[in-house]
Amino acid sequence: MANPVLQVENLTKRYGDVHAVRGISFEVAEGEVFGLLGPNGAGKTSTIEILEGLRDADGGRVSVCGFDPKTQSGELKREIGAALQSTALPEKLKVIEALDLFAGFYQRRRNKEDLLKRFGLVEKRTAFYGQLSGGQKQRLAMAIALINDPKVVFLDEPTAGLDPQVRREIYDVIEELRRDKKTIVLTTHYIEEAERLCDRVAIVDHGQIIAQGTPRELKQASADKTRIEVRLAREESEETLRTLEGVNDCRAVNGNYVLHCQRPPQAIVSLVKHLEAQSNELVSLEISTPSLEDVFIELTGRRLRD
Amino acid sequence: MTNLLALTRMRVRLALRNKMFFFFSIVMPLGFFFLYSAVFAKSVPQKVQYLLGPVLGLNVMGSFWGLSATLVSFREQGILRRFHVTPATATDMLVSSILANYALTFPTTITELLLAKFVFHVPGLGDLLSVFLLISIGTTSFGSLGLVIASVTNTMQETQVLNQLLWLPLIFLSGATIPFTYLSSLVQQIALFLPATYLVSGLKRAIVDGHGPEKLLLALGSLTAWFLLTLFLSSQLFRWEPEARISKKAKLYVVATAIPFLLLGLWENKYGRVIAEEKVAIKRLEQADRAERRAKQKDKQQNPDAPDQDDSDQEH
Repeated sequence: MANPVLQVENLTKRYGDVHAVRGISFEVAEGEVFGLLGPNGAGKTSTIEILEGLRDADGGRVSVCGFDPKTQSGELKREIGAALQSTALPEKLKVIEALDLFAGFYQRRRNKEDLLKRFGLVEKRTAFYGQLSGGQKQRLAMAIALINDPKVVFLDEPTAGLDPQVRREIYDVIEELRRDKKTIVLTTHYIEEAERLCDRVAIVDHGQIIAQGTPRELKQASADKTRIEVRLAREESEETLRTLEGVNDCRAVNGNYVLHCQRPPQAIVSLVKHLEAQSNELVSLEISTPSLEDVFIELTGRRLRD
Repeated sequence: MTNLLALTRMRVRLALRNKMFFFFSIVMPLGFFFLYSAVFAKSVPQKVQYLLGPVLGLNVMGSFWGLSATLVSFREQGILRRFHVTPATATDMLVSSILANYALTFPTTITELLLAKFVFHVPGLGDLLSVFLLISIGTTSFGSLGLVIASVTNTMQETQVLNQLLWLPLIFLSGATIPFTYLSSLVQQIALFLPATYLVSGLKRAIVDGHGPEKLLLALGSLTAWFLLTLFLSSQLFRWEPEARISKKAKLYVVATAIPFLLLGLWENKYGRVIAEEKVAIKRLEQADRAERRAKQKDKQQNPDAPDQDDSDQEH
């Protein structure tokens, strides 16, 4: 990769007996939005907090903006911005005061009024932090993350716990940052978030990266191009459906069957023939390209939000 | 430096918006001031002067309470970890706490001194430089004790228990509430191990006897040493993360903050003057009290019809 802003090599972290991060490696290029996608407890937050200099790694090599977070955390912290998980600001601090306060920590500062405008907080400038809604708090957190015009922005689960509409608001903001060519590392357990916002995604499970690439690459490489979801009048065994000509894989999901196939027409013909022979009936059939969710299920055998 | 200023400004601002601060750091100290001056000292200027040291001592010592609670709540709510991703350091967090606490406590102590002078007409405020130095080093060292408490406790509940455990002996044994000489000699000897005792007696000597800083080196020096030790310890034990727990061994560190006063207490018990000076001060106060009473009686005998304002004050 040309000019990676961030390099992680064989990173490990344990908490007592728990091996939270087990040899994670990736690189992030300048101007890229990189996503760590995985279920809760996969090791995403530990990884990102090591990159931010909040925790020390047990093993591996990390470089962020050319600095080692363990030994050069002072220099590193001037160059990064972060919206953390499980954090807060004092209840009785006003929005504009919070921006002032954090601006005070940096030499390079962005214009506060621009940030207020951009994050839709102009009307809330004199409101106390304690009076803000969840979405407003998150927008403020992101505005603060940008106050030093950072080289890399870390967003740890930026939409966790927000309702769908507020989540879309946050997506809009992140998409705007992406258009500005900000380098962003974000973690999420929402597939649609990774698919919509990230240039590249690493799927993390049990402290390891199990797949990495652009959302399109991931979908093409692991799930065989087409996904056919069928509802049948009577039950069939997954095993039999899997052996049909043209079908690569079959899983029962919520009473439906999801077939992955490389040559859909052939798969459909063989499926219909099989059903006729069994005097079973096809109730409905839906063809789509696989989502990252399918990729995740295929790689881990589990749904992301079990 | 700018980190420090930004954080200090935030702490002052938040405290001024906090009702608890308003009550514990303004209403209560002034309440104590009027209780001591008008009720215990019955507004007799000389007695008000004698009790001014204890009143200021209470105010100054109270610093650790608010500081430890604020820092622990910041940690529990995940506010500290947000600062941890900025260039602000642990030292910035700790020193800004002490500066803010000083800025918030100092005006109340000045108010108390002014009230004593202009409302209760005390004979004098003693050596002002000594008073200023004692208040300053007292506020910073007790604030720093609060930082150690915040560092060695894991939850707000633990913090409040430890605060209580420390507060009671500090106020009852130091001479801040019960005059030192009324305590049994054993308790007096124990009190000589407490930093608060040196603060309160130092303030009394400065105000009542007008001792300059050169005569108060014991109090000033021991409190300064204690401040440096507590600040060092709190910087070593500082934790940003709410889930970070402190090891049992580290809790023993807190014992180390008592070392200067352990040594001082031993020395003071053997060769010291604090108790003797206190006895002299009390004796002088009693003599003055008797003299005044005699003078008043004489006055009354000579002019029985005159309304006697001072006497009625003494009765209540």
